[in-house]
Amino acid sequence: MRMLAAGAVRLAYLLGLPAALIALWGAVTAGDRYLYYPPLDEIAAAFGETWFSARLADDVLPSLGRLAAGYSGAVLAGVALGVLLGSRPRLRALSEPALEFCRALPPPVLIPVLMLVAGIGDTMKITVIVTGAVWPVLLNTVQGVRSVDEILADTARCYGLTGAARLRRLVLPAASPAIVTGMRQALSIALILMVIGEMFASSSGLGFAIVQFQRGFAIPEMWSGIFLLGLVGFGLSLLFGLFESRVLGWYRGLRNARRGE
Amino acid sequence: MTTRARVSPPAALARRGRLEVEGLAKTYRGKRRTFEAVRDLTFTVEAGELACVVGPSGAGKTTLLRCIAGLLPPSAGAVRLGGEPVLAPPPGMAVVFQEYARSLFPWLTVAQNVELPLRQKKLPKAARHGLVERSLAAVGLADVPGAHPWQLSGGMQQRVAIARALAYEPDVLLMDEPFAAVDAQTRAELEDLTRSLWHELRMTVLFVTHDIDEAVYLGEQVLVLSASPTVVLDSVAVDLPARREQLATRALPRFAELRAEVFTLIQRAKTYHTAPPAGEARA
Repeated sequence: MRMLAAGAVRLAYLLGLPAALIALWGAVTAGDRYLYYPPLDEIAAAFGETWFSARLADDVLPSLGRLAAGYSGAVLAGVALGVLLGSRPRLRALSEPALEFCRALPPPVLIPVLMLVAGIGDTMKITVIVTGAVWPVLLNTVQGVRSVDEILADTARCYGLTGAARLRRLVLPAASPAIVTGMRQALSIALILMVIGEMFASSSGLGFAIVQFQRGFAIPEMWSGIFLLGLVGFGLSLLFGLFESRVLGWYRGLRNARRGE
Repeated sequence: MTTRARVSPPAALARRGRLEVEGLAKTYRGKRRTFEAVRDLTFTVEAGELACVVGPSGAGKTTLLRCIAGLLPPSAGAVRLGGEPVLAPPPGMAVVFQEYARSLFPWLTVAQNVELPLRQKKLPKAARHGLVERSLAAVGLADVPGAHPWQLSGGMQQRVAIARALAYEPDVLLMDEPFAAVDAQTRAELEDLTRSLWHELRMTVLFVTHDIDEAVYLGEQVLVLSASPTVVLDSVAVDLPARREQLATRALPRFAELRAEVFTLIQRAKTYHTAPPAGEARA
């Protein structure tokens, strides 16, 4: 009984604010009809019609495909480069100013350049995601690799962990809390860049569809696209949370244990 | 090979664990100043012997141990294990550090921590599991193989580190102030554990400590170091019975004598580089 009540309270916390916001939207849009802020039932109807149709295969899946490709590329490149720079102080010192400059460039500004070099296809869109999302992974990995505990590194050396085994069994696990932090930041950047990339010279994708609806004054459809993007982001964040608790379960336990001391 | 025919297996085994330190020196060279940590250390620990190294704090004990372990290149001199010069951590050597919480892999379970070096040695799975099980049992941790190190108490974590060292089946076990960070009760238990494991396995043990009582209680030989820049001041042979027991051994008159002897040496060690030669000691 008590657990039930506690569950109800948690559910209320979880759904309270969304319910209030939906009610507010309903109240504002109910009486008069604003062209640009259609009532929710219209958006909901448009949502079903728009996205549970051919657009699922034509726009949603290509978008998610680019996101997956760009994000994996960013994570792989970020971790690989980060391990390299993190373990070579000279190389790090040499490349630091250039990296700081590149990181400071807003990635969308590269789109016109990339369009010239890579055309307007998927390569361009994926490259935009990689160039923007790689930074948090790279910088966090460097930090994580640098901060491997000395005693732990000595222990690994004493027991013959060198080369690839050292990387796999010591460096990567020790840096994993920092790497995962970078991956989380990179995920939201990747989603943003996915949409922006599709707004330029594109013929498919969520970003393309939303701009197309807006230009055709298909306002409920446009809003439904925005909601879909929000849901995609929310879903990815949930998935990431699952991944994080799997990979970093030990880290949370360790931190709690240290706090308890 | 001709040499192989001449050396009988027990002799080879005995030779393998012999640890020789000859003329070892370590000077840290910074940009602005140099620091001479270790000046000249020469000693030998025979195969199967348990030797303790004591010295006043700041005596370069950790530097010495890191040089012996092959983690730090010496500025001069040499370390030899079983006649072979130590240039990098040798496969026949295991180390137990003081900072147990930082020397266990927190992302691995207790059993995985013990198993990791064995994987590195490319031992087959069955052999690995047997060793893990036996060494955890030997340190009294047979019932927590699936736990993570940070779920255990400090003393238990150090037991895991000892089990990992044992499973590695080393010729020489180096221990760097391993019990300095645990409480007195646990410390006594771990001292007895070290003694009994050494009795059973007969590997060479070099035990570094700043605690005179611990050195006398554990060792067959106590090497007393001077303050930094370090030299070996003296070596005291501990002629206590082989089976030691916390209360009885520490109550022996001989224990008190040895303790006093080492204590006096340590007092001299502190001022070794500043005091006038022995005999003209200040009042």
